[in-house]
This record gives sequence, structure tokens and C-alpha cells, in this order.
Amino acid sequence: MHRFASPTFFMRYSAAILPWAVRLTAALIAIGLYLALFVAPPDYQQGESVRIMFVHVPSAWMALFVYTGMAVASAMALIWKHPLSDIAARASAPIGACFTFMALVTGSLWGKPMWGTWWVWDARLTSMLVLLFLYLGYMALADAFDDPARGAKAAAILALVGFVNVPIIKFSVDWWNTLHQPASVVKLGGPAIHLSMLAPLLIMVAGFTSFYVAVLIMRMRTEIVVAKLRSLQMARVERRS
Amino acid sequence: MSAFWCLVRRDLRLAYRRGGDSVNVVIFFLLTVTLFPFGVGPETAILMRIAPGVIWVVALLAAMLSLDRLFRGDFDDGSLDLMILGPLPLEMTVLAKCLAHWLTTGLPLVIASPLLAVLLAMDGEGFTTLIGTMLLGTPVLSLIGAIGAALTVSLRSGGVLISLLVLPLYIPVLIFGVGAVDAAVYGLAARPHILVLGAMLIVALPLCPWASAAALRLSVE
Repeated sequence: MHRFASPTFFMRYSAAILPWAVRLTAALIAIGLYLALFVAPPDYQQGESVRIMFVHVPSAWMALFVYTGMAVASAMALIWKHPLSDIAARASAPIGACFTFMALVTGSLWGKPMWGTWWVWDARLTSMLVLLFLYLGYMALADAFDDPARGAKAAAILALVGFVNVPIIKFSVDWWNTLHQPASVVKLGGPAIHLSMLAPLLIMVAGFTSFYVAVLIMRMRTEIVVAKLRSLQMARVERRS
Repeated sequence: MSAFWCLVRRDLRLAYRRGGDSVNVVIFFLLTVTLFPFGVGPETAILMRIAPGVIWVVALLAAMLSLDRLFRGDFDDGSLDLMILGPLPLEMTVLAKCLAHWLTTGLPLVIASPLLAVLLAMDGEGFTTLIGTMLLGTPVLSLIGAIGAALTVSLRSGGVLISLLVLPLYIPVLIFGVGAVDAAVYGLAARPHILVLGAMLIVALPLCPWASAAALRLSVE
């Protein structure tokens, strides 16, 4: 694993993976969207608006997945001090924040026809909102330091603290919600979801994951190039003086 | 162990000699709660309904306002470096500072909260529960806040950033603190909420100083 953690090696194999990740993303999302918008049947209760689910659910899953990945990368950065894991964690944060934001926006758009309002203090929506704030706090802390390496370290500690807290927040929001407004919200669920809906959903999830991998590789490569550029500029300034 | 108590005593003496800090936190607490009747109207029914939530939210803000000075003074004058080098484990140092912080801000808030409960026309039922949950909850606020304070201590504009880092982590304490008082007011069982709050305190006691110590080591490096 330590061999894979060297930035030089990463630059080499990520250049090989990137075009394939982009193609895979385009193909999966195209197929997924086609199945979701044209093939999947409308829901017998929700009608056509159920199709928002094919964007909403993958975004929500990715929001949690990216945060988990960020926490794992942060732990690796703190324990083994791999330069790549720092970069991976920092590069993941804005992507995860975007997925969270997208889950909130699509949830709100879905809520309008279904519940009649843009926003309800439903347990899931609320914990997603808190997750968005955790992402924003992480990004603000990482950018607040003059020295990017220290910012990354501080942000890594915060990511781990947040990761421990996410289940606690989720649990307490569930508890709070059941106390304050029991059963006022139509829950999806019910019987198991039919294959004609499950297949596009899973393809969309795969497409979103591959999208995350592609964007993550792009952002990490940029970060590495920027760091290299910075050290070259520093070296030039030092030589002149 | 005596170094631990020395540190607590030192921080308490510093807070006492500097004066005003704890008093200001309590005044902020009282003043902000006093704003609510102006904001939502003086009807007793409304005030009674929102009293536990208002008291808890404002206590949370008051505790957060004082977080910035938890490590700031020691960082600026260099005593923090000595504490890190000293024989007492940094985790225990953080715990001592959290204890001192709680004694100078959390405890005064707990003592002031019955007065606010009267002002907001809260029931006698919720009274003891409010004090009990505040006693369990405010130390958690100090402990979690210490992580935010330790992460931002080396930054010039740490104050605003702390609120962004710490407030999302405060939400569970708020939920169970208010939940217990609400349950007591409506004659339901407050015990589960109080037990969860106690559990949060027990989990926060070892974990938060650990994380804060890691953050402090990073900040002084």
C-alpha cells in the first residue's frame, strides 16, 4: 500500500485510469437516466414525480459515502502521514458537499408535490442539512491555515470527530423527530422496490460513484501539480536571493 | 494528580482576577432570553411552550462565546508550550482546562437558569429537570467546544470559525436537553433523555480531551 501512496506513482496510474473513469461515468449515467426517465414505470401513488428518486437517492448515498471516505483518508493521513491521503481527503470535501447539497435540493423539489411544502423538518432532511454544515466546517477549517499542510492536519482531526458524531446526530435527530411530529410525513419504503425501479437506481448509484472517482482523480492531480508548482516557485525565489 | 488540580486552581484564579468574564456570560444569557418575549409576544402560553428550547439554545450560545479564550491566553503568552512539555499528559491538561471553563461559564449558567425559567413562566415540573439536564449537558458543551477551540487557537480569526465547527456537534445535546424538559412539562418520562445525556457526558469525557490534545499539538508545532 505504501508503494501506491507515492505521488509520482499516483500521477502515473491515475493518468491511465482517468479517461476510463470518465467514459464509464458517461455511459453509466446515460443508461441510468434512460432507464429512469423512459423505461421505469411511474409510481402508482406518486406518478411521474417518483423519477426524482433516481437522482435524489444516489446523491444522498454518495454524500455519506464521500464523508466516510474522507474520514478514512484523514485517519490514514494522521496515522501513516501519507501525503496522498491528505490530498484525497481535502479533494473529497467539496465533491461531498455538492452531493449533499444536491440531495437537499432534489429532496426539496420532491417534497413540494408530495408533502405540499418545500421543506419539512423530517429526520432525514435535517440530518442531511447537518451533514452539509459538517462539510462546510471542514472546508472552512482546511482553508483557514496559511500553511496547507497544517490546515490539512487540523481538518483531518475535525473529519474524524465529525465521523464519530454523524451516527449520534442521526440517532438524536430521529429521536427528536418522532417526538415532535409523529407520522406526519409520508414515508417511502413499504414493500420491497420492484426490479424495474431498482435496476436504474443501482446503475445511477454506480454512475455517481464513478463520477466521484473521476472528479476526485482530477482534483488530486491538480492539487499535486499546484503543490509542485509552489515548491518550484519557492526554490526559484530562494536561488535569486 | 496534584498538577491537575494546580492547573484548575490557576485557571479559576485567573478567571476570578480578570473578573467579569463569567458575569458577562451570565448577563448575555439573561439578556438574550429577555429578548424573546419582545420577539414572540408576552403571552404566557407561548412563552411556556418555548421556554425549554429558548433557555437551552441561549445557554449553548453563551457557552460557545467563551470558548475562544479557553486556550487563547495560554497560547499567546507561551504557557501552552510549557504545558505540552510538562510532565502532566496533555489530555489531562485539556481536561483540567475544560473543568475550569465549566466552573466559570457552565455552572453560572446552571445557577441562572431557574431565574429564566420563572421569567418564561415555566412549570414547576420542568424546573428540576431543567437544572438536572443543564448539569449533565453543559460539561459536554465545554468538552466538545474544547476541540473547536484547540483546532482554531493558532488562527487569527478563530472566533467565528469555532461556531461553524462546534454548533453542528452541539445538536444532540440540545435535542436531549430540551427533550427531557419537554417530557417533564407534559408529564412524560424524562428519564430516557437524561440517561442519554449522561451517556454523552461519559463518552465525551475521555474522547474529547484526546482529540483536543491532538489538535493542540498540531497548533503549537
